[in-house]
Amino acid sequence: MTTESHSKETPWPLWEVFVRSSRGLSHVHAGSLHAPDATMALRNARDLYTRRNEGVSIWVVPAEAISSSDPDSKGSFFESPQGKDYRHATYYTKSEGVRHL
Amino acid sequence: MASQNLQSVPAELSPEEQERERAGQAYFDRIIAEDSRIEPRDWMPEAYRRTLLRQVSQHAHSEIIGMQPEANWITRAPSLKRKAILMAKVQDEAGHGLYLYSAAETLGQSRDKMMQDLIDGKARYSSIFNYPAVTWADMGAIGWLVDGAAICNQVPLCRASYGPYGRAMVRICKEESFHQRQGFEILLELSNGTPAQKQMAQDAVNRWYAPALMMFGPPDDDSPNSKQSMAWNIKRFSNDELRSRFVGMMVEQVKVLGLTLPDEDVRFNEETKKWEHGPLDWNEFKDVLAGKGPCNSQRMERRRQAHEDGAWVREAAAAYAAKQAQKEHAA
Amino acid sequence: MTSEHTTDFAIEGHGDISVGVSGAGASGDGSASATRITPGNALRPEDIALEVRRGTAKPAEDVAEYALRLGDDALILAQRLGHWISRAPELEEDIALGNIALDELGHARSFLSYAGGAWDKSEDELAYFRREPEFRSAHLFEQPNGDFAVTIARQFIVSYYQFELYKRLSGSADATIAAIAAKALKEVDYHRDHSAQWVLRLAGGTEESRRRIIQGFRLLWPYVDELFEDDELTARLADAGTGVQPSSLREDFDRLTGEVLAEADLAGEYADGGLGLDRIPQSLGGGRRGKHSEHLGYVLAEMQVLAREHPGASW
Repeated sequence: MTTESHSKETPWPLWEVFVRSSRGLSHVHAGSLHAPDATMALRNARDLYTRRNEGVSIWVVPAEAISSSDPDSKGSFFESPQGKDYRHATYYTKSEGVRHL
Repeated sequence: MASQNLQSVPAELSPEEQERERAGQAYFDRIIAEDSRIEPRDWMPEAYRRTLLRQVSQHAHSEIIGMQPEANWITRAPSLKRKAILMAKVQDEAGHGLYLYSAAETLGQSRDKMMQDLIDGKARYSSIFNYPAVTWADMGAIGWLVDGAAICNQVPLCRASYGPYGRAMVRICKEESFHQRQGFEILLELSNGTPAQKQMAQDAVNRWYAPALMMFGPPDDDSPNSKQSMAWNIKRFSNDELRSRFVGMMVEQVKVLGLTLPDEDVRFNEETKKWEHGPLDWNEFKDVLAGKGPCNSQRMERRRQAHEDGAWVREAAAAYAAKQAQKEHAA
Repeated sequence: MTSEHTTDFAIEGHGDISVGVSGAGASGDGSASATRITPGNALRPEDIALEVRRGTAKPAEDVAEYALRLGDDALILAQRLGHWISRAPELEEDIALGNIALDELGHARSFLSYAGGAWDKSEDELAYFRREPEFRSAHLFEQPNGDFAVTIARQFIVSYYQFELYKRLSGSADATIAAIAAKALKEVDYHRDHSAQWVLRLAGGTEESRRRIIQGFRLLWPYVDELFEDDELTARLADAGTGVQPSSLREDFDRLTGEVLAEADLAGEYADGGLGLDRIPQSLGGGRRGKHSEHLGYVLAEMQVLAREHPGASW
């Protein structure tokens, strides 16, 4: 409705931020932010998501660069591993009590 | 708050689409029944999306506008330690606004648009920030009462059914744990200070108490949307329930402060096992919400000005990024 | 704070909040690790103040005078930057400027706490109860924020200057000055990066942003020479190995700022679209001797008004 007042501005794109909280751990999704480019996205992420010592390393990824699995197909997409309990150690009960196994 | 991408589904659907809607609704209902979480790309009822978008964006706006009454005292904080604490707190609020705008963006609304709606007066924010912070003690009362009430509201929201909202609230609640404490300490220090300081503290508590209680929203029998929000697991407790719990906590804490609550009717009802408080002026609440508060136009003007003054900076950074991308492309 | 209502609503001790989230992906080690927060273990202003009170750190008179200069620079800058919070061009920048202001305020508190050790005064007594001629900050720090470009130009000059200064002071023979400088050095390194990134963007962004950043630099460059002026105090401190001659920082400052300005295509003459820095007359300065511009009075009036209404009060 008031597009005329802000349409000439190109909004800064959205970035997803991943933070490694300490060495040895994976980067974990912390949240998102807006930034004009990757350089500033990293700095904004540093200022926003690590101001309480939350991290030792940051990744930023353009939100639009992320592909995700189709939520509508979640039933079938993730069905296969269901019921294949032989992939898990707990399936093998006869060896229970045997040391170092 | 109308917006193109929020139009409800056309009335006439193909059989295939109808089937997808039905399956989506069934899936959504099951997730809610299991008290699990809805994620951004899940099918969700249009009304659920709309309700969330309204609530989360209002919450974000409240954080951003809520920076102003406190930012007002950063330059005058009476000790350097307090100045640092206050700066960190107001800065946190910008961060919390950001987390919440991000959560709202997953519902399909750009932050740009939300900000424009706020500036154009189309969006709401917590009406309490339309009251002025006139003394230093207000920094204490805002932290203790306003943030205290906000935390009561927000802790259950960590379990809101919409994943991104809940996650934003987890982060916010963790960070806010210091906000209420610093406010309490400001008041405690004033209360144990000179008579003038103690009076300043009591005045601030007197002014912020009722507006803080009203932050929980209208009484349950006058809060038509609450029921649906609770059914959707967005809200976990009713307005009155949260307000009552909050009063109970304040009653104890105010004793430690050596101050009093400006409410002679506060009591614990042995029958209902709930805390009760005196009558609140809901007409004033509605007036302030409708723009008649002491600072409504000032707050909006300040936000508008910051946004418009920053336009050339945002444009410059975007233009620079575009030029750099072009260079890289050419190289 | 009490924790009577525990079920799913507990606000517990130790400043942490039990949010009662279970399962549903809202907790788990995922978000837990991304929000794990710690205060860290760096040197804090409170540590300095404690050492001063215990008498384990006591500055010589010269060192205290010097610390006062460093502290005042940082304090006045923090006071200026603090005004930006809630007014920045974008929310992300509110946070960035807030972090920088907090860093500077931290440096100010450390230096002032230490300086006060010589005269039995606290950081707050020095900040709130000195009069304008008693402040030792250089003029650059009290210059108004202006628009974002002016603030960035000021940040750019200040951070490159402070980086060179703290780099040398981290080897000061005065252990406290060295410790404060070592902590501050890492922080102003980031301030350099922040301002340089913005100088590049404003200079290379739009016509308007380029015009504004040029204007910003031309407005503030007159206050650069004062930063590098030697005097008797700095000469004595340099001899003693506790401080540095400001003039000794100039070469590195010029070289490093020059690199960024060249990259931003700002190094040329004004007539050719650059800054024309060589031709900008330098102001007389005098901040180190308590002679200030018209701005500092207002800065102090605002900063000190409440504390002075309640002398002796505790906050």
